[in-house]
Amino acid sequence: MSAPATAVSGAIEKSPGYWAGVGRRFRRDPVAMLALCLVLGLILMALLAPWVAPADPYRASMLRRLRPIGTPGFLLGTDELGRDMLSRLIHGARLSLLMGVTPVFIAFFVGSAIGITAGYIGGTVNTVLMRTIDVFFAFPSVLLAIALSGALGAGIFNGLLSLTVVFIPPIARIAESVTTAVRKIEYVEAARASGASAFTIVRVHVLGNVIGPIFVYATGLISVSLILASGLSFLGLGVKPPEPEWGLMLNTLRNAIYVQPWVAALPGLMIFITSVSFNLLSDGLRSAMDLKA
Amino acid sequence: MLIYILRRVIYAIPVAFGVSVVCFMLVYISPGDPLTSILPPDASAQLQAEMRRIYGFDRPLPVQYGLWLMKILQGDLGTSIATGRPVAQELGKALGNTLMLAVLATLIGFILGSLFGFVAGYFHNSWIDKLASFISIIGVSVPHYWLGMVLVIIFSVQLNWLPATGAGPGGSDAWKWNWEHVKHLILPAVTMSVIPMGIVARTVRALVADILSQEFITGLAAKGLLDRGIFGHVVKNAAPTALAVMGLQLGYLLGGSILIETVFSWPGTGFLLGQAIFQRDLPLLQGTILVLALFFVTLNLIVDVIQTMLDPRVQRS
Repeated sequence: MSAPATAVSGAIEKSPGYWAGVGRRFRRDPVAMLALCLVLGLILMALLAPWVAPADPYRASMLRRLRPIGTPGFLLGTDELGRDMLSRLIHGARLSLLMGVTPVFIAFFVGSAIGITAGYIGGTVNTVLMRTIDVFFAFPSVLLAIALSGALGAGIFNGLLSLTVVFIPPIARIAESVTTAVRKIEYVEAARASGASAFTIVRVHVLGNVIGPIFVYATGLISVSLILASGLSFLGLGVKPPEPEWGLMLNTLRNAIYVQPWVAALPGLMIFITSVSFNLLSDGLRSAMDLKA
Repeated sequence: MLIYILRRVIYAIPVAFGVSVVCFMLVYISPGDPLTSILPPDASAQLQAEMRRIYGFDRPLPVQYGLWLMKILQGDLGTSIATGRPVAQELGKALGNTLMLAVLATLIGFILGSLFGFVAGYFHNSWIDKLASFISIIGVSVPHYWLGMVLVIIFSVQLNWLPATGAGPGGSDAWKWNWEHVKHLILPAVTMSVIPMGIVARTVRALVADILSQEFITGLAAKGLLDRGIFGHVVKNAAPTALAVMGLQLGYLLGGSILIETVFSWPGTGFLLGQAIFQRDLPLLQGTILVLALFFVTLNLIVDVIQTMLDPRVQRS
């Protein structure tokens, strides 16, 4: 609660906008701020990987395979081909984040476009679009991702494509339901009565009201996407060897659990930390924006 | 209510139809000629054309789909390229194993999740709530395939208490209800239960907090009803939604069991799917995905119908 004096002066000058309030509430949430720092740290690690990593993530050596954590020169040990685990984990952030975040990012635009179109136009267009979306929604997300990338075959692009298709339906559904609600608000009716074109109404009146909730929902999907993307690589779909990617590393180290169990578990720990951070960040955003959904 | 249920059933038909179209198209989005896996690489052009005609690949796509659908409706899911056995036969065995695993995992997840969620919602915003919410966040954020590996490391590699892989001693896949077999079920079921636990806990927490803040609870308390009596009212109000979430989770686990089944070499549908992908056995992939997706559609339908019967508020909205 702010003091009465500032409240009065605030009202006279310019009342702080909605986003200023969201930012203030977000900054007061220690868990959300911690999550934000973790996410930024992970992104920074991915960007600076070649400079931060102590060794070449591809340099293998048969002489130093599967060293334990704490080996001098190899802080987190070595993998089944003798490559430095720490360097591979740092470099792994690049592909793992790319594979996890990109599908949600693209699906956010495509799904919003479909959902807003369906919600704003309504009628037959809505029925056709949303019934098509329902078909994809009828698949459990893991199954759809595996069906598509299993049929398309391994590879980064095929993995990204499958995951994007998985995340379009849920985002489109949310976008459709918020847009349908906004369309019925009186000032949208007024804008239409005053002769504004559909495009203008959507751009000026609808977008500002619906994009927030859709965005928060999409951020909540990032952690699912990260787990799923690494899961595809874990199954041998998605990223191919010898690229460093956490899911793939977990797969190739699976046979090493009897030799160096804790080294083998490290890539999964990275996926876990990343996924928790994105989840907490999304929760923080949701409560800062005061959304119930 | 009957009309609502009927409408819901009729609505499921086009969705199931759409699901079959997507499954049918899976073969066509996969790179390469579907015949290359059957024919030798040096097959003559004449033989290729002949095979194309026999398999019906020379017909227009909608006709091919129609023929394929007719076969599916008669229970013929095609033949596995890798084993030469009918896909339906391969699936039958695997489906039982996955169903057992998924049902057990859902039950464990539901019981623990409701418990955490209830306590968290009841002591809303207290430290118990924070702890329970933390556990549920971990539940939804943990990569379950990794959790499975960690549990194997702890309970199989380090402690040597439980077997790491398979569904029975000596790799047997004939299930029996004895300790030797149940031992194999524990780790995969516990690993799998973490996902529904997190989601059920989140849902129940929000439900309980919401119900407790409603006026009829204050009214009941003012009337002198004991906490035990109020507890009954809360359970009755929260149950339909919580049960619906549980039903959906069972569907997600059935469809998403591939990662956990791969970690534990559990001989279910997910493991079968993994093999199909690895050997590029497209008929097996297509059949398995179709059956799992239709299972999910049916389960959704059943959940909706049961929820309508349990909760009269659903029909009115």
